[in-house]
Amino acid sequence: MTDEVAIRRTAVTRAARKLRSGVSGQSRLERRWGLLLALPAIIGFVVFSLAPMAVSAVLSLTDWTIGSTPSFVGVDNYVHMFSQDPLFLKSLGVTTYYTLGAVPLTLVVAFAIAMLLNAKVRGLGVYRTIYYLPTLVPSVANAVLWLWIFNPDFGLLNSTLRQLGAPTSNWVFSETAVVPSLILMSSWGFGNIMVIFLAGLQGVPRHLYEAVAIDGGGAWRQFRHVTLPMMTPVLFYNLVTSIIGTFQVFNQAYIMTQGGPNNASTFYVYYLYTTAFTKSEMGYASALAWALFVIVMVITVALFRSSNRWVYYEMGAAR
Amino acid sequence: MTKVRKRRILLYAVLVIGVVPTLLPFVWLVRSALMDNNQMFIAPPQWIPRPFEWSNFSGALTAQPFARYFLNTMIIEVFTVIGTLLTCSIAAFSFSRLRWRGRNVVFGILLSGLMLPQAVLLVPTFLMWDAVQAINTYYPLIVPAWLGGAGGGIFNVFLLRQFFLTIPYELDEAAYIDGASPLRVFWQVIVPLSKPALMVVGIFTFIRTWNEFLDPLIYLNDSSKFTLALGLASFQGTYNAQWGYLMAAATATILPIVVLFFFAQRYLIEGVTLTGVKG
Repeated sequence: MTDEVAIRRTAVTRAARKLRSGVSGQSRLERRWGLLLALPAIIGFVVFSLAPMAVSAVLSLTDWTIGSTPSFVGVDNYVHMFSQDPLFLKSLGVTTYYTLGAVPLTLVVAFAIAMLLNAKVRGLGVYRTIYYLPTLVPSVANAVLWLWIFNPDFGLLNSTLRQLGAPTSNWVFSETAVVPSLILMSSWGFGNIMVIFLAGLQGVPRHLYEAVAIDGGGAWRQFRHVTLPMMTPVLFYNLVTSIIGTFQVFNQAYIMTQGGPNNASTFYVYYLYTTAFTKSEMGYASALAWALFVIVMVITVALFRSSNRWVYYEMGAAR
Repeated sequence: MTKVRKRRILLYAVLVIGVVPTLLPFVWLVRSALMDNNQMFIAPPQWIPRPFEWSNFSGALTAQPFARYFLNTMIIEVFTVIGTLLTCSIAAFSFSRLRWRGRNVVFGILLSGLMLPQAVLLVPTFLMWDAVQAINTYYPLIVPAWLGGAGGGIFNVFLLRQFFLTIPYELDEAAYIDGASPLRVFWQVIVPLSKPALMVVGIFTFIRTWNEFLDPLIYLNDSSKFTLALGLASFQGTYNAQWGYLMAAATATILPIVVLFFFAQRYLIEGVTLTGVKG
């Protein structure tokens, strides 16, 4: 009897010892493996983000054109940019114009449709699929398709407008209409933002709506005092990523307009691309890249600064 | 009750009306892809092709080697998706389930890369690949995927990490007590439990790679190496007034993604909800 207890006791202590040594050995194991397994991602960051940033910072201080020997010119590129390069300012203006139109429009459309799709309706899955479809269209195919939709003579838009007896437009072929046209086109790709909104909407606790309803609040009050405040973190996320995205618009300009007419759609990254890969001015293109980085940085920081005034974070949500 | 009813009717009405502008460009695309040139330019526009001009597809897809572009795209896809899944999930494992000094700081720094506009890195990255004579090869398009998806790929790490954090840690501990190595825990405990999240990352990576245009444009010179996106863009440059051909070619590049989406939809919705993309 006592033997059995003793045996059991030694078995327990042995197991406990094994466990303890296992745990301490394990923390050593975790330290060793942790860094090792994270290494590919760390190398990726260093080689494809950090190093290029550093290289382009150095290049931006040179006048290097491919085929020539680079010479150090200090901040000349940056001075030139602001004082003697009308295309830089033009492209910055065009990009800002596009951002100011496309971001609010897409966010509003995406939010509205997410609200609709958050309701309990029959055939919800079908609607969700339909509304997500445009997002699946690859951007090159999208540009080709919209070029045809915008066609002034036979395109979908002008044909329809003509039938309705409404005034037509030259869309992307008009200096004044090109950016609004591309903004209109961008709103068709609301799907990804919509999905993120939808996920957010589904996370809004039901009891908050019930509380407003008990206080006699209608749909508008529920939206104004529950949905909107609870969705501000998601809205903020979408706002920041959308702006970073619209500042990098390229495909539409390259495929649809080649920056025209009369540079009215020379977006910043399109200008950067032509400077680097058509004119081979790698030094100046690097300066353009850094200017873009700083501009986007300033906007992002400003947004983050403003966020504590309008973004609502639930207590205890931060880990 | 009647107010609720009225609101429901309004809701359905808006949902149905919204479908029209959402689908109209697709209808326009497909009808143009199937229409001959005589009918295409009639005003007011006709909607039903008569006859169905299937030759737009055969004509367009043989005018340039789209089969080749498709194959090229798939080669890049295979390497990109596998690389992204492997290295992103392994990094996410390290950042969520292994404790090592500086882990959270390193993760924060990597995450800050998300705020970096990728266009800023264009020139130096090109010069780097040029220096190792990898221009006009697929290396610049594939290698970043094997390094944690580099650039925007850290978002995948973030997503997977969020998912891994929901798995009870006791499972890992049990495996460690049995003498398993972290790699084995990752492969035999975490991966099997994370299929929905891995599915989401895999599908989104596939779609993103399919859409990628700027990188192939910069790195690929020979038309025999073009991807579908690049091929379509060059096709558009050559046949810019042949709308039947152009729409047929565009349809052909859209269709595989739409088909994939229909098959994967269930996983996507499940996965997006599970990973809980929230601010």
